[in-house]
Amino acid sequence: MVKVAVIQFPGSNCDLDALEILQKTIKVSTDLVWHKNLKLDEYDAYVLPGGFSYGDYLRAGAIAATSSSLETIREATDKGKPVLGICNGFQILVEAGILPGAVLRNSGLRFVCKWTRLRIESTGTPFTKLASKGQILRIPIAHNEGRYYLDKDQLAELERSEQIVLRYVDENDVPNEDSNPNGSLDNIAGICNKRGNVMGLMPHPERASLPVLSPENYPEGRIIFDSMVESLGGSTGGK
Amino acid sequence: MTRSVIEEPQSLIMVEVQKPNLTDEEIRYAVKKLQREPNEVEWAMLEAQWSEHCSYKSSKPLLKQLPSKGPRVIVGPGFDAGVIDIGDGWVVTLHIESHNHPSAIDPYGGAATGVGGVVRDILSLGTRPIALLDPLRFGSIESPHTRWLFDNVVRGIADYGNCIGVPTVGGEVEFDPSFERNCLVDVVCVGLGRKDKLVLGEARNPGDLVYLVGGNTGRDGIRGAGFASKALTDKSDTERSAVQVPDPFTKKLIIEAILEAVDANIIQGMKDLGGGGLTCGLSEIAAKAGTGIEIDLNRIQTREPNMLPAEIMISESQERMILLIREEDERKLVNILEKWELGFAKIGHVTEGGLLIIRQGNEVVAKAPAKFVAEAPLAPRSAMRPRYLDVLAKVPEPPLPEDLDQTLIELISSPDIASKEWIYRQYDHEVGIRTIIRPGQADSALLRLPNKSSLALTTDGNSKHCYVDPYWGTVGVVSESFCNLVAGGAEPVALVDHLQFGDPGNPEVYWTFKEAIRAISNYLKALSVPCIGGKVSFYNEDSTSRRAIKPSPVIAALGLVDPKTPRIAQALRKEGNDLVVIGNTSDEMGGSEYYEHIHKLTGGRVPRVNLKKERTLLRSLLRSLRSGRVESIHDISKGGLAIALTEMSVQGRKGVTVNLDKVPNKTSRIDNSLFSESRSRFIIETKPRDITRIVNSFKRLGIPAAKVGSVTDNGIEFLSKGRSIIAIPISEVSRAWSETIPRAMEATL
Repeated sequence: MVKVAVIQFPGSNCDLDALEILQKTIKVSTDLVWHKNLKLDEYDAYVLPGGFSYGDYLRAGAIAATSSSLETIREATDKGKPVLGICNGFQILVEAGILPGAVLRNSGLRFVCKWTRLRIESTGTPFTKLASKGQILRIPIAHNEGRYYLDKDQLAELERSEQIVLRYVDENDVPNEDSNPNGSLDNIAGICNKRGNVMGLMPHPERASLPVLSPENYPEGRIIFDSMVESLGGSTGGK
Repeated sequence: MTRSVIEEPQSLIMVEVQKPNLTDEEIRYAVKKLQREPNEVEWAMLEAQWSEHCSYKSSKPLLKQLPSKGPRVIVGPGFDAGVIDIGDGWVVTLHIESHNHPSAIDPYGGAATGVGGVVRDILSLGTRPIALLDPLRFGSIESPHTRWLFDNVVRGIADYGNCIGVPTVGGEVEFDPSFERNCLVDVVCVGLGRKDKLVLGEARNPGDLVYLVGGNTGRDGIRGAGFASKALTDKSDTERSAVQVPDPFTKKLIIEAILEAVDANIIQGMKDLGGGGLTCGLSEIAAKAGTGIEIDLNRIQTREPNMLPAEIMISESQERMILLIREEDERKLVNILEKWELGFAKIGHVTEGGLLIIRQGNEVVAKAPAKFVAEAPLAPRSAMRPRYLDVLAKVPEPPLPEDLDQTLIELISSPDIASKEWIYRQYDHEVGIRTIIRPGQADSALLRLPNKSSLALTTDGNSKHCYVDPYWGTVGVVSESFCNLVAGGAEPVALVDHLQFGDPGNPEVYWTFKEAIRAISNYLKALSVPCIGGKVSFYNEDSTSRRAIKPSPVIAALGLVDPKTPRIAQALRKEGNDLVVIGNTSDEMGGSEYYEHIHKLTGGRVPRVNLKKERTLLRSLLRSLRSGRVESIHDISKGGLAIALTEMSVQGRKGVTVNLDKVPNKTSRIDNSLFSESRSRFIIETKPRDITRIVNSFKRLGIPAAKVGSVTDNGIEFLSKGRSIIAIPISEVSRAWSETIPRAMEATL
C-alpha cells in the first residue's frame, strides 16, 4: 500500500493541514513524522510542509536543511521517490541544495497572503501528471520569502530541461509584473529537479483542496496530491 | 523574520523594592492582613499583583453586572478564557487582550507579545489557538508618528501570528487624534478543543508538581503590569525594559508540546505567565482552588546571573507556562518537553493550607496566603457625568454639501472606511485550512469546524460614537457585533468585552466606564446572550497632554452557523437583482464618519437601538438567510447606507441605482438619509422573484423593510424626487477606497 510521510520540523505550521488533506481528502495513508525519526524505507513519498521551521532564524529553511531527515530525503531523491516541498518545505529543499536557486525576501519587503493564479508549465513531474500544460490552478500563497532567484545561465538551463513547473499569471493567463506577487524571477512559483521527482512550490495546494475553502468550490490545488498518488500507482479519494 | 531586541542598561531595570508603588490604604491593608511588615520580595509581589492590570480592583464589582450564564457556557469570566460548548464533544474558547502601553513605545515588540499573551490564555485551557482578530486604534493617519506605530504594530502582529501558524481572520481599525500617543492594540484569540480535555487554572491536588516550561526568566517585562497601570509620560520611552521580547518560534514549540501533553491527559492545572509573572500565575492558580504552592527560586533558569528574588517573581519574560502534573506523569511530560527541545524546570509543588511559599534554597524569601496575594483590596471609585457631553449634544447641524458625489468619494477615502487590504495581506489568514470567509469578504469571518457547523467571528468598536454618548455608543457596538454575526448567517452565542479607558481615578472617566458596562449588560440581557470574559485596560492617557483616549469598549463575538445555511458574502452578485433595505434610518448623526470626517464636527445624537425589537429583527434576518433567497448582504454601519451600498458595489464590480425616497426613513435631510449610522440596518440583494416574500417577512413583524433599487451594470446612482443626486463610476470610488491606506503608508516607507 502506498504510504506518504509529512515531515514535521520544529516550527512547521502547515504540517497538520497537509496531513488532514492527504488522509481525509486524498485518502492516502499518511503519517506525520517527527524530523528526527524519518526512515527511508517506510515511505513512498515525502511532503515537507510550510511553516517557519526553527523560526526561520538565520534564513528561511536554513536550519532545517541541516536536519538528519534531509539526508534521508536526499537518498529518497536519488532513488526517484516523489518529494514535495511546500512554501517553507520548498525553502528547505533549496537550502539543502536538492533544488537549485534561492528563495529571497519578497520584493515588497512584506509578508503576502493572497490567492494566486498559477499556470502549469510542465507535466513531467509526479505532482502535475494529471494536469495539462497551460492549465490554470487557483491556489493561495502566504510567505515573506518567496522571490525565487537564480542566475541567467542557470535559468536558461532550468527552462531547457523543463524544470519550471508553475508560473504566476494574470486573469488572461499571462505571466507579468502585475501577477507576480513577490518579485520572483520569470514569475516562477514552482520548480522541480532535473529528474522531475522533487518539486518545490511557494503556493499552498493543501489550502485549495477542499471545495468549501476554494473559489466557486473548485479545489484546484488537490490535483498536485492526486497526481502524486496516481504516479505511485495508488488510487485517490475521487472528486 | 525580524526580531525586536531591546537592550537597556541594568541600572534602569533594577527593582526599587524599598518603596512599594501602592496606595496608603493598600499598604495598611497588607500590614494588617499579614500582621507584619511585608519584606522586599513580598512588597514587589503585591505591587505587581495588586496593579490594576492584574487585580481589576477598580472594575471587579461592576463587571459582575454582566450576564455570564447560558446553556452553552462551560467556563465564564474569571479564567484565562471563556469556554463554549459547540456540541459533539467540541469546545471553543475565546479571549481578548490588549498591549496598549507596550505598543505605544515599542510597537513591533508590544504588538507581537500582545498576540503571544492572548494565545497563551487560549492554550492555558488546553485548546488549540485557531484564529486571531485584531482591533486597532491609532491617531490621525496624517501623523508620521501614527504611521510609524501603525506600520510596526501590523508587522509585529503579522510576524508573530504568521510564525506560530494561527490565522488572523479579522479585525477593525479606527483612526482618531485621541489615540495619537496612546494607540490601542487589541488581540482576540479563539481556540478549539475537546470538552473532555479542558484544563483549568486551578491547583486542585496537593502534592502535584509545579513545572515552569518555555523560555528562561530574564529582566525583560519587569514591572510590566505596573507600567500598564499608569498613564504614559514623556519618560515612558525609558521604560522599554517593561516591554517583553517576542519569540514566536519558542511559542510555537510550547503550543505543540502542551497540546501533546493535554492529549496525553497529564496536565492537572495550567496557567500562562503574563502580567505579574510568576507572582500572578502562582497566586491565582492556588487561590482558585484554595490550596498553596511552594517553590524554590534556585531551580528557575534565569537568562542572566544574579537576578534578585523579587525580579524573578515579577519578571514578565514571554513564552512561559506553569504546568501542574502528578508525580507519576513526570517522565511522560519530560519526554514531550525534550522532544520539542523546550526549557523546563521542576520548581515546586502544590501544598495544603493555602500558603504561597517562595524559597531560595533553604531560605524562605516570601510567605503569604495565596488568596491574600491574588485578591487585591477593591479600589472604590467615584463617578460623575462629564460636562462635555452636554456641549456635544447641542452642536449645530452642518451645511448640506453642494457636491454629494465629492462627499461620497471623500467619505469612502476616510481611513476608517477605506479598504484594509494593506493590513490583511500581511496576515496569513488561511493557515489551519479553516477559513471559509476571509477578511474583507463579509461582515464576519467564517471558520470551518470539525462538527460540520461553522464559526462566525467579529470584533467591533466605535470610539467616536462612545465619546459622544458612552451608553448608546456602547449599545451600538454590541449591536454591530451581533448584526455582523447574523449577516454571516450565524446565531450569536457569546462575546467577550475589552473596556479601554483613561485613569479610573478621574470620576468623569469612571462614569463613562460604568455607562459602557451598563450598556453591554442591558443589550446582552435583552438578547439572552452571555459575556464569557474580557479585559479592562485603564490609564490609557498621556500625562503630557493630560488627555484620555475616547472611551473604547471593544467587543469580540462568536456565533454558530448551521450546516444548511448558505455562505453569503457582501459583494453584489447579478445585474437585475433587487436591493432591499431593512431597518429604519433616523437623524442619528452624532459620532458619524460623515460629521467627523467631512464636517470635522464632533457631537449630535448618537444612534440608539430598540432593545425590544432587536431580537425579532435578528431572528427574522437569520430566517431569510437560511431560506436561500439572499444573494448578498451587508450591515449598514460606518458611513451609512451610501457607503454600505458602495462597498457592495465595489466588491461585486456591479452598479446600483437606489431611490432614496423608498428607504424606510425618518430623516429630515438628504445627507442624513445617505450617511446616518442608525443601527440594526441591512442591505439585502435578492432575485426579483423573491422580493415580495423577503420584504413581507420583515413587514409582517413590524420591521421596516422596502425595495429601494436594483443592481445594474452602470455606476453608483442615488435618486431622490425624480432626480439624480449622486452618480459616480465604480472605478472612481473603487480607486478611492482601495488606495487610501497604501498611499498613506507608502509615503512613510
